[in-house]
Amino acid sequence: MKSGKFVTLEGNEAAAAIAHLCNEVMAIYPITPSSTLGELPDEWAAKGRKNIFGVVPTVVEMQSEAGAAGAVHGALQAGALGATFTASQGLLLMIPNMFKIAGELTPTVFHVTARTVATHALSIFGDHSDVMAIRSTGWAMLAAGSVQEAQDLALVAYAASLESRIPFVHFYDGFRISHEVNCIEVLDEEQVRAMLDPEHIRAHRLRAMNPERPVLRGTAQNPDVFFQSREACNPFYFRCPEIVQKVMDKFARLTGRQYHLFDYVGAPDADRVIVIMSSGGGVVEETVEKLLGEGERVGVVKVRLFRPFDAQAFVRSLPKTVQVIAAMDRTKEPGAIGEPLYLDVVAAVTEKWAEHAPDRPMPLVIGGRYGLSSKEFTPAMAAGIFEEMKKAKPRRHFTIGIEDDVTHLSLPYDPSFSTEAPDVTRAVFFGLGADGTVGSVRNTCKIIGENTPLYAQAYFVYDSRKAGSLTTSHLRISPRPIKGSYLVSRANFVGCHQFVFLERFDVLSMAEPGAIFLLNSPFTAEEVWDQIPAEVQEEIIRKKLRFWVVDAYRVAREAQLGVRINTIMQVCFFKLSGVLPIEEAVQHIKDAIVATYGKKGGSAIIERNFAAVDRALDALAEVQYPQQITSKKHRVPPVPEDAPEFVKKVLGKMIANKGDELPVSALPVDGTYPTGTTRYEKRSIALEIPIWDSELCTQCGFCALVCPHGCIRMKVYPPAVLEGAPLGFKSADYRGKEFAGWKFTVQVAPDDCTGCGLCVQACPAKDKQVPKHKAIDMLSKFEHLDRERACWDFFFNKIPDVDREQVKIDTIKGSQLLLPLFEFSGACAGCGETPYVKLVTQLFGDRMMIANATGCSSIYGGNLPCTPYCTTPDGRGPTWSNSLFEDAAEFGFGFRLAVDQTVEYCHELLRRLTGQLGDNLVSALITNPQETEGDIRRQRELVAELKRRLAEIDSEDARNLHAVADFLIRRSIWSFGGDGWAYDIGFGGLDHVLASGRDINLLVLDTEVYSNTGGQSSKSTPRGAVAKFAAAGKAGRKKDLGLMAMSYGNVFVGQIALGANPVHALRTIIAAESYRGPSLIIALSHCIGWGIDMVTGLDQQKEAVACGAWPLYHYDPRDKEHPFHLDSKPPSMPFKNFAVKQARFAMLVRSKPDRAEQLFQQAQEDIWARWRLYEALAQLKGNGQFLEAVQAVSGSEVTT
Amino acid sequence: MPSDLSTTYLGMRLRNPLVVAACTLCQELDNLRRFEEAGAGAVVLHSLFEEQIEHDQTEFAMVQEYGADSFAEALSYFPSFELFHTGPEEYLRHIEAAKKAVSIPIIASLNGITRGGWSRYAQLMESAGADALELNIYFVAADCNMDGREVEQRYIELVQAVRESIKIPLAVKLGSQFSSPGHLARQLVEAGADGLVLFNRFLQPDIDLDLLEVRPCLKLSTPLESLVPLRWIAILYGRVKCSLALTSGIHSAQELAKAILAGADVGMIASVLYQEGFGVIGRILTDLAAWMDEHEYPSVAAMKGALSQQNCPDPAAFERGNYMKALVSYTGRLI
Repeated sequence: MKSGKFVTLEGNEAAAAIAHLCNEVMAIYPITPSSTLGELPDEWAAKGRKNIFGVVPTVVEMQSEAGAAGAVHGALQAGALGATFTASQGLLLMIPNMFKIAGELTPTVFHVTARTVATHALSIFGDHSDVMAIRSTGWAMLAAGSVQEAQDLALVAYAASLESRIPFVHFYDGFRISHEVNCIEVLDEEQVRAMLDPEHIRAHRLRAMNPERPVLRGTAQNPDVFFQSREACNPFYFRCPEIVQKVMDKFARLTGRQYHLFDYVGAPDADRVIVIMSSGGGVVEETVEKLLGEGERVGVVKVRLFRPFDAQAFVRSLPKTVQVIAAMDRTKEPGAIGEPLYLDVVAAVTEKWAEHAPDRPMPLVIGGRYGLSSKEFTPAMAAGIFEEMKKAKPRRHFTIGIEDDVTHLSLPYDPSFSTEAPDVTRAVFFGLGADGTVGSVRNTCKIIGENTPLYAQAYFVYDSRKAGSLTTSHLRISPRPIKGSYLVSRANFVGCHQFVFLERFDVLSMAEPGAIFLLNSPFTAEEVWDQIPAEVQEEIIRKKLRFWVVDAYRVAREAQLGVRINTIMQVCFFKLSGVLPIEEAVQHIKDAIVATYGKKGGSAIIERNFAAVDRALDALAEVQYPQQITSKKHRVPPVPEDAPEFVKKVLGKMIANKGDELPVSALPVDGTYPTGTTRYEKRSIALEIPIWDSELCTQCGFCALVCPHGCIRMKVYPPAVLEGAPLGFKSADYRGKEFAGWKFTVQVAPDDCTGCGLCVQACPAKDKQVPKHKAIDMLSKFEHLDRERACWDFFFNKIPDVDREQVKIDTIKGSQLLLPLFEFSGACAGCGETPYVKLVTQLFGDRMMIANATGCSSIYGGNLPCTPYCTTPDGRGPTWSNSLFEDAAEFGFGFRLAVDQTVEYCHELLRRLTGQLGDNLVSALITNPQETEGDIRRQRELVAELKRRLAEIDSEDARNLHAVADFLIRRSIWSFGGDGWAYDIGFGGLDHVLASGRDINLLVLDTEVYSNTGGQSSKSTPRGAVAKFAAAGKAGRKKDLGLMAMSYGNVFVGQIALGANPVHALRTIIAAESYRGPSLIIALSHCIGWGIDMVTGLDQQKEAVACGAWPLYHYDPRDKEHPFHLDSKPPSMPFKNFAVKQARFAMLVRSKPDRAEQLFQQAQEDIWARWRLYEALAQLKGNGQFLEAVQAVSGSEVTT
Repeated sequence: MPSDLSTTYLGMRLRNPLVVAACTLCQELDNLRRFEEAGAGAVVLHSLFEEQIEHDQTEFAMVQEYGADSFAEALSYFPSFELFHTGPEEYLRHIEAAKKAVSIPIIASLNGITRGGWSRYAQLMESAGADALELNIYFVAADCNMDGREVEQRYIELVQAVRESIKIPLAVKLGSQFSSPGHLARQLVEAGADGLVLFNRFLQPDIDLDLLEVRPCLKLSTPLESLVPLRWIAILYGRVKCSLALTSGIHSAQELAKAILAGADVGMIASVLYQEGFGVIGRILTDLAAWMDEHEYPSVAAMKGALSQQNCPDPAAFERGNYMKALVSYTGRLI
């Protein structure tokens, strides 16, 4: 039975609450999965929540994690209590400061949501590769293994750090703990205050820098004393474990929860012990408890304090009877004898066993890797490890949880082993991001955790695509505390909140026999059986499931809730699961609705939700199903049968959510994947798709231009091609002289369209009789799907692409006849960034190299399972790579250097081989200007000829030249990234690359906010906009990145907005690429983070330009007389009129009207000041005059 | 002796019959003070639109949930907010502030869309200190299957519901398009209306000839527009037991005088304020007093209804088809 104050929250919130109380200065930078750790104190500070010193702490967002660590270092030196929060690459950026902070014996805590460090691939998920990379910094490392421990050990870390003077990393598993919802006993402010000794805090302040008694810290030392000085800190490290244990004991006296440096659970006479850190500890503990009941002698040591590693305390935690120890590491150190925890355990046992148990033989230590990148770690796996440890010669080094069919290191295990108790409700819910499923499960967890004697745990698995994404929610409700942090795999309740999922996913694979299956179905209980796929019928019958349906969308519609079916499904869950009397559950749900919406002034929403709750049960019905399979429908294969082998066998598994089943051998060894694979994943998520009216169409190309997903294509072709066209395939006579007599078609890819509707917004052609009918209309997909599928197949596969040399690429129409080499990405429906990306690939894709900063564009560009960058039919296309968030400019710059260098090498080899290759060929290859499509085609022909001739020459030079001959074809080098990259974390590198004078194109997809990490303010965020870390509206002015770049004088700069002036955008991009020096294109990209209906994105861009918030211009250094052109008209509407249509601004009006008024006024003044400046610059003649003026306003040094 | 301009409207004694109609100018407290200083008899505040409130609430709830809980890296896009000014609070605070700022009566104005909403917001306005409430009933019966009786019944039920929920005087601002405005007027009074405001000028859809789109349009009134309500005030005067207000087209003392002569207790102005500024209030009142003096009307009370259908020399004039009457007069004058 629970006692004390229980609250249901996520791991990050639990830790953040302690950080907020214990600190005065928090400098932060967003990174998944730690972002909320900083966002919450920022929000709390904005609301005036105080720390234990009675003051509201200062929370500042920095330009990078390196900046955050530097700021915290400074705050600590100046005597404040400071902290930061980070993960993965972010932690790595903090390392230099961490060495300093530890070297100076400065108390602080960095809270880390342990996350995979990018290697062959980026991963946002959890493992210990980041924290293991900071072992040498001298920081103490305290591991929390549950939401409760995330809170408790955070406080232990603060108290121990202040006393020991050793800085602490307090870490726990990213996502698995940081985002797990669990009910915990919360610490109150008094308990926190009681743990922190004021003497230690005063001592910290007295050590701070103070001009009243100045000191100098951070000297440069020489060989004579550095070593000795480094050893001087030893006593602090020796004392540290003892201090931590003392603090833990004090904590136990205050709270009743006792922790130790190493917590042993298991048989006192265990022969096998697993040693493990963080969330894996709970999993093994559950396993141990079950195995003990079966008579096994097993145990687990949960490591709390990993650094300083107290070997004696560790060995003492082990039963003397232990014969085999398995040290489990959630990280991989290729090339090491073993991973860090293993090595420490080996060393500790070697050093201390004889003292501990002189009469017992030293146990065997084996080491295993588990759970990389949040790979599931389950009791079945833990049991598998214990099985291995029983063997006479267990493997010294192994992996668990995967099938390693290459080096055969993986252990087998019995997946049917389970520790789940029958009295635990185990539920899995499949939902769409937009339907509120996650919110309702989180809420259910809260209701149970805070209003009943029961315990609840919830965890959520999200999709890798942003549009139409699947969410899987895992919920446990138990009469006992829930220790094991792993997914539900044996569900006694399965809720499928989207009917269409039945065709795509095996939603019942987790259902145990006799489970309840609740389906949101547009069909009634009588109708539904024949509408579900045969495979689902079979599983229902075989597992004897109790099958219920509710038409939640109908109920939601009737209650005016749109697609939010969350409360309806929640009521049905409570009714069917019986965890609470339904009346009580309904009251809790209603209370939660009031709590959620009441504070936001949403009485209307409350009433609608109440209505939905009240109607839900009436719509719920049990399905009486026959005992035979009757359906003619079948689950759709994840990829078509004719897809390439790799796509079918590897990517297809990932698409079907069965990627866990792939063995090591199936996967590339170095993270290299084929491009062009999104076309095989037919997600078919749109309800409506654009349908073309060939007669009305003016063939302008706007629809294809703005399509964020490359789903609307245009082709022009000779009439004869139409032979064999499917019924209903539409075409029109081409309008234009260049292809007179040819046919023209606009075609949608019906299964790839997300239904965003931007194309219809962009279409200017209206029917004169019925103006609501345009040349392209959104119509029901289901009514048009069969025909459009056939048409797309014919269009895509049978109609040839246009000859690029014949197209006027500087017109919208011409550009859209070019094949997009970026298609069907998983970006948000209606994304404002992807149309630019697609356009660039149409123009230059067949010779592009892309260096992509981490962010939205790297996620929709490179997140598995499928890749949207693709190739021409002859196999050419963009080659893409992501290095880091901060270095896309430098990374692309490296491409440039390599290409230029290799071209030089090619030329040298050509010259050496001229005798054998012939003067004409060599000369033609070297002198081809490669300015036009014709030049490029000619160069490709020359290179082909070169390779043919080289193949006949038997020399090292010939073979070397053959290997690099492709470099002779001019490449288009690009760096892509968002404003977080260009304005903030990557600005230094971007600036340096711009200053280099080299031929590189930097495309900034400027959403004016950190989009990928969930809407944090960047230096591009405009004044007055609400964003995370700017909850009160951003007070400062937006940075003028373009003006800074122009100050170099030799950088092409263009500011564009596709929605406002597409021709300007197109021509600026072409001009930028043609410039043989650095080019910076700043492209306005509307975003969910603006708080808009994405279908209006293009209009929002138009208004941004019309009000002057986003002036269009280009600066071309080649134009010596008139380099700067202001390409948009003077502001013609007030900023306020633009702003109030976007929630990012309108929120401020609703929350702080006076401040909104003031900031909008200032924003308006910014607009006019900037406009007047640009107007003046546009008048200047000659680059020299221009640069002097820019220098005067930007204060930057002119480089020419 | 100066003319007595005072009047009674909705049971309230006003210093004169010129009332500022619900319009956006009433959103500013300073403007209310200037109305009072200029001499206005009372002010009707701009309307609180339940639909707008619900729209705002829905929009903000949607924004907070839009894209949320879909992608592991971005489980939300905005900081969580509290105390959004999406509800009626701002309006209610405005009533309170208005009552403190001026001493002339403040009439709150409400446009609801649900029965619950009408009553709830009416009560809130009463609690906030409004002297009276004007219901701005706006319903376009675009459903061709809905008959006129059904539409009228909605109005009546609504007035009943609001009447039951508040004690302050209640006026109903009507549109002009009813088959039998007089009959409806009686029913509304029976349902609890203390006054009728004739007639509302609605936002009208207009066509953009360049874009071939329909756009909402609201143009300022002209004096000619006062003739329609003038007729109905004249017909209703003495036949319904309630206050009458004429709104639409009062731009000078002439229209105001006509309104009173037809039977209005007050005349309401808005468009002319936008055109001529606050000073127009004083001018109209001065001109009205001068006219009364010239025509020997000692008080507004004495004028009231003098040319209503009941009292005028030619009662049929208010019933005749306009075309015939205008034609005859015009030719007659020419001859």
